[in-house]
Amino acid sequence: MSWLLSTWGTLPIALQVTVESVVKIVAIVVPLLLCVAYLTYAERKIIGYIQVRVGPNRVGPKGWFQPFADFLKLMLKEVVIPTNANRYLFLAAPILSLMPALAAWAVIPFTDTLVLANLDAGLLYVLAMTSLGVYGVIIAGWASNSKYAFLGAMRSAAQIVAYEIAMGFALVGLLMAAGSLNLVDIVTAQSGGLHQWYIWPLLPLFVVYFISGVAETNRAPFDVAEGESEIVAGFHVEYSGVSFAVFFVAEYANMVLIATLAAIMFLGGWHAPFDIAPFNWIPPFFWLFGKVAAMLFCFLWLRATFPRYRYDQIMRLGWKVFIPVTLVWITVIGVFRFLTPFGFIFR
Amino acid sequence: MDWIKRHFKTFLLLELLRGLRVTGKHLFRRKITVQYPEEKTPKSPRFRGLHALRRYPNGEERCIACKLCEAVCPALAITIESEERGDGTRRTTRYDIDMFKCIYCGFCEEACPVDSIVETDIHEFHFENRGDNVMTKDMLLAIGDEYEQRIADARRADSNYR
Repeated sequence: MSWLLSTWGTLPIALQVTVESVVKIVAIVVPLLLCVAYLTYAERKIIGYIQVRVGPNRVGPKGWFQPFADFLKLMLKEVVIPTNANRYLFLAAPILSLMPALAAWAVIPFTDTLVLANLDAGLLYVLAMTSLGVYGVIIAGWASNSKYAFLGAMRSAAQIVAYEIAMGFALVGLLMAAGSLNLVDIVTAQSGGLHQWYIWPLLPLFVVYFISGVAETNRAPFDVAEGESEIVAGFHVEYSGVSFAVFFVAEYANMVLIATLAAIMFLGGWHAPFDIAPFNWIPPFFWLFGKVAAMLFCFLWLRATFPRYRYDQIMRLGWKVFIPVTLVWITVIGVFRFLTPFGFIFR
Repeated sequence: MDWIKRHFKTFLLLELLRGLRVTGKHLFRRKITVQYPEEKTPKSPRFRGLHALRRYPNGEERCIACKLCEAVCPALAITIESEERGDGTRRTTRYDIDMFKCIYCGFCEEACPVDSIVETDIHEFHFENRGDNVMTKDMLLAIGDEYEQRIADARRADSNYR
């Protein structure tokens, strides 16, 4: 042990920093991928239960090893590259959609001290990263050289542009309330119990944010980019094997990310709902985990309940409902905070 | 007034929440899936599955090569050849059913004057090699011998309704 420590000390500083960062990254990404694996299992189980079925229950006890069986199957399948597809872009697209979904986790605070990079512009960074994800979808649709994939990519592009704005405005409202872009500060501002959470003063923004998040991750009922009944599988028709799996992982990692951000920004992050005895025995990390799980359940619940939106309805909802709603609420927050004595509501 | 009401309804997402309530209730409903290899749904005695050729209790095969089944078969799945046996009776020398052609309509069983060709309730069977799909006379008789009790019970259970 002491030998290890002494050798560590002799290494150059740059190498030490690199190794340390890699370890931290692995410590975040591996549990995240496990979450993604079990999110697919949870999705199949919950949707199965809602449809009065039992869901996967054959692989391992109660089907717990199902995600690994799926993973193994996808790894062993052939990666087919269509003729006349742009090989380079075709293979780059899945990576482009997975990379931002994982990179955004750098600034997510799990507790007040457990955060990889405590950026002052954390919220901006997250917004930037989640916006990049759409390039994967568009490039996949373009590089596939298939009309369905291309239609899916176009739909996805238009949809994400529309909902990105609504999402951004919802976060502007949050920024006005919290007065900071630092995610740790935003959660700290919500400490003190349930009534301090931003979900109450910013309820319309929370709803807009959550629904935009569903649209942003191309999940049902906003999954026109995939639309299996209209354009087979949208942007990933031509993908198989590992490259398909990477798209899948990216979609689910994005879901977990959106759920975590909702928990951090509106549901008080790692804070217990009541700052009294039985509640603050549970460590902060588990409160965050529970809130994320609840949000993810809502994602699955929505998918099991609503039919897919028609394309023009999605556009209408994004441009003509969500953006005005957020603008009005931002105005309300501004007026209350700076022109009336009731600003404390939105503090 | 209606305009205001409509907008309240829309923005409070009332109808969406009602939909969510319905699915939320179903989450806790008793699951009705039958876990197939362990659990099976009951089958009617009229179930039409794998074919069999039956025998009389004294061991004599029932089939008299009248070829009514061959004639009635809408899928032309049955092929019969026959000749006179030593004791002067007419018997089949070949009785083939192509299981890939067969549509399990049960007409052969209805046409048979001696209840020889029947469809059993066996539905879990498969073929592993090309050509295995043609069931020969020996195979069909073997199935009949093995499942005679089940076949007879099923006919008896259904006899009141025929």
